[in-house]
Amino acid sequence: MTHPVMRRAVLGGLGALFAWPYAPRLARASGRDPRLLVVILRGGLDGISMLQPVGDPAFAALRGADAGQSVQLDSLFALHANMPKLLAMFREEEALALHATHTPYRGRSHFDGQDVLESGLPRVTTGERTGWLNRALTALPRGERVAPPKGLAVSPVVPVIMQGPAPVETWQLQRFRYADEDLVARLLDLYEARDPKLAEALRSGAMLDNVMQATPPGQPGQRVPGRPDFVTEAAAAARIMAQPDGPRVAALGLNGWDTHAAQGTARGALSNRLGALDDALGALRSGLGPVWADTVVVVVTEFGRTARLNGTGGTDHGMATAALLLGGRLKGGRVIADWPGLAPHELNEGRDLRPTTDLRAVMAGVMVEHLRFPVRAVADVFPDTTPVRPYAGLIRS
Amino acid sequence: MAANAAAALTAVQRFGLGAGPGDLNAAARDPRGWVASAIGVAGQPPEPSEAPRAEDGLRLFLTRREVLRTARPAAGAAPMANGMAADPPAKPSFVGPGEVLGKALTARLETAIRTPAPLEERLAAFWMDHFTASASAGFTGYFLDAYEREAIRPHLFGRFAEMARAAVLHPAMLFYLDNRNSTGPGSRMGQSSRGRRGLNENLAREALELHTLGVDGGYTQDDVIAFAKVLTGWSVDVAPDATGDRLGFFAGRHEPGPKTVLGRTYPQDGPDQAVAVLNDLARHPATARHVARRMVRHFVGHGLPGLEARIAEVFRRSEGDLGAVTRALIADDEAWGPPRKVRSPVELLMATARLMGGLQQPPPARRVLIAMGQPFWAPPSPKGWPIEDDAWAAPDAIKTRLDWASELAARAAPHTDARALLDTAFGSAASAETRRAVERAADGRQALTLLVLSPEFQRR
Repeated sequence: MTHPVMRRAVLGGLGALFAWPYAPRLARASGRDPRLLVVILRGGLDGISMLQPVGDPAFAALRGADAGQSVQLDSLFALHANMPKLLAMFREEEALALHATHTPYRGRSHFDGQDVLESGLPRVTTGERTGWLNRALTALPRGERVAPPKGLAVSPVVPVIMQGPAPVETWQLQRFRYADEDLVARLLDLYEARDPKLAEALRSGAMLDNVMQATPPGQPGQRVPGRPDFVTEAAAAARIMAQPDGPRVAALGLNGWDTHAAQGTARGALSNRLGALDDALGALRSGLGPVWADTVVVVVTEFGRTARLNGTGGTDHGMATAALLLGGRLKGGRVIADWPGLAPHELNEGRDLRPTTDLRAVMAGVMVEHLRFPVRAVADVFPDTTPVRPYAGLIRS
Repeated sequence: MAANAAAALTAVQRFGLGAGPGDLNAAARDPRGWVASAIGVAGQPPEPSEAPRAEDGLRLFLTRREVLRTARPAAGAAPMANGMAADPPAKPSFVGPGEVLGKALTARLETAIRTPAPLEERLAAFWMDHFTASASAGFTGYFLDAYEREAIRPHLFGRFAEMARAAVLHPAMLFYLDNRNSTGPGSRMGQSSRGRRGLNENLAREALELHTLGVDGGYTQDDVIAFAKVLTGWSVDVAPDATGDRLGFFAGRHEPGPKTVLGRTYPQDGPDQAVAVLNDLARHPATARHVARRMVRHFVGHGLPGLEARIAEVFRRSEGDLGAVTRALIADDEAWGPPRKVRSPVELLMATARLMGGLQQPPPARRVLIAMGQPFWAPPSPKGWPIEDDAWAAPDAIKTRLDWASELAARAAPHTDARALLDTAFGSAASAETRRAVERAADGRQALTLLVLSPEFQRR
């Protein structure tokens, strides 16, 4: 079965056929067009290495000699010295940090921890599940849209956080010459007839490539020896999100935070990785350009790490950790923490930072204040929970 | 005949590497028998890389470190005595883990083309993923060719307990999940380090959660800690001044004394303790459930609880006889339903290579797999690659496959008849739409690309 109409449309330009089928307006009444990007640090970020509780006397005893340089943010917290771009955003009140944050997960498995973080459910689920960012997409105030808005995952496969009924693009850097449009159209015909799932995937993939061909991402980040490159993908995510009709909600995963041995907070692997994260956050800010003012970037991880270094100079799977919010409209320049303390009797099971701030409440606050979610819609995104009270006062109105 | 054509396609795709010349005809006579006949047949083991044994991997690791150490110019080095400038230092030369992995992948693609026992290759890949040791971390890549040869392949149709012991205690795994540094606090080395060396729980946790019981298998954090103590001593000694054996069990690291795991106390001391715990874990009913579930979902797909339960029962009754388990899977009617799963990138490459008799390079297969999101033997976590039926059907992933195939076809088209390949690949089981798309393609390049991207070739 062929579809001559579709074939012609494709030959006339993929963009014409594949344009996002909705008007790019969220919260139109207020003249705003908010965007949300969630950056997941996979592996379990050692929160007290990034956001160091230098004002807690127990910190020096636990980590002092290994913590390296940091820059004081307030009387309690200091930022790792390898993150100057984040520090500048702090100073300009465009970054906000949270500490002792955690999901409802209380175990120590990465996979379950990421599952809870990404599914937004109170416990580990097995089998088919949807991600909270996808549910947020379907619950977004529609405005004049005719179809649900799409999400973006900068990754070769759709991560759990973006799985669900709302359509999701994936994107990664192109490594082959683009197949010509006639070939795309013929294959799309075949998929339409035989395999709708593959048809949907191909249509979305071809459309994204079309966007990126028109406006290729910037140069890859300058390589610093030992520092992973997080900039290239961050810059691409920013570029796609900055499109006038681009996706408004996106997820980006940055791997490698599982620092079990010789973690190198002062100089070494973790220090380099924090520097790479800093570069990526800087690239997001510059890449989003004019829409930075209407974007919130959330940086989260599945759990923190043990308060003490282990026998191999690393840290094992722990509990609470730090999170970041960035963006042009944040009430930034602050660290929000109900600090549980690091003294031996204050630790969870004698080994971890105790959780005091529920990440879901922070996310819910961003949804209500930034994406203009009705408060009652929060339960659609984080279901099966005792009502999560959205955090207030994160965003300037 | 039509039913047999479909079953033959399932046989070569679901339980094999896709059809090469003659495969469909051979399978059509008795599809299940054709799959089962590969069990126990000596296949075609992949050619060795530079490091086919763990000792070789360790030697390459140590060589690399030594070369880099001696290549580093000493700070403030004096000018040479004759006053002439020293030659610029030669680029340090050593074999990197990437070279080992590249050669290992090439060898497996070669095997995929020619092997008379494709099921063996599929099982090797499945078990490598079940017991993931990933090149994404550190220098584990040096050990992975050896890992597959020493810990996985010998046990494909043997006892699960033997494979579990060989895998969990292999240097590749000890490297990947940090056990080489784990030290019992009460061990000789732990005591003399005054707290600088200690326990690392990583391997114990993943061995319980991923390799044996599964996350819902009923173990506690105390079990993890006790098992971590059991595992202390299994290590790789990379100290520059080490004398004697560098691989195996080091009594000086081992936490002495009996330990209790899952309610059972293990009095053994030394290396036998880990072996005893792993033997018990391997025959635990939760392990049967967990392994059967993964096997069914990997080979057939999700949403088949009856099939999972039947395979688990065979696993349990046979005490983890993997030959019996594999035979039961092949013999079960529910394993012969229509295709569900999108092939993973490495499966797609192997199927393409088998169909076409080879893959032209460039681009190197390693780069292709990176672009498709599945760098060879380097999954992002100990959980291995995603197993969901449509995990690989993400938009960019499918478009990347199309772009890759289009490049491949441009080079292959002048000497390839896509219509003949269509018959080799699917026989009479090709859908009318796919056949028409290939026959009506504008040129040979399009025809070949459409064949490789057809739903029949993408799903198995």
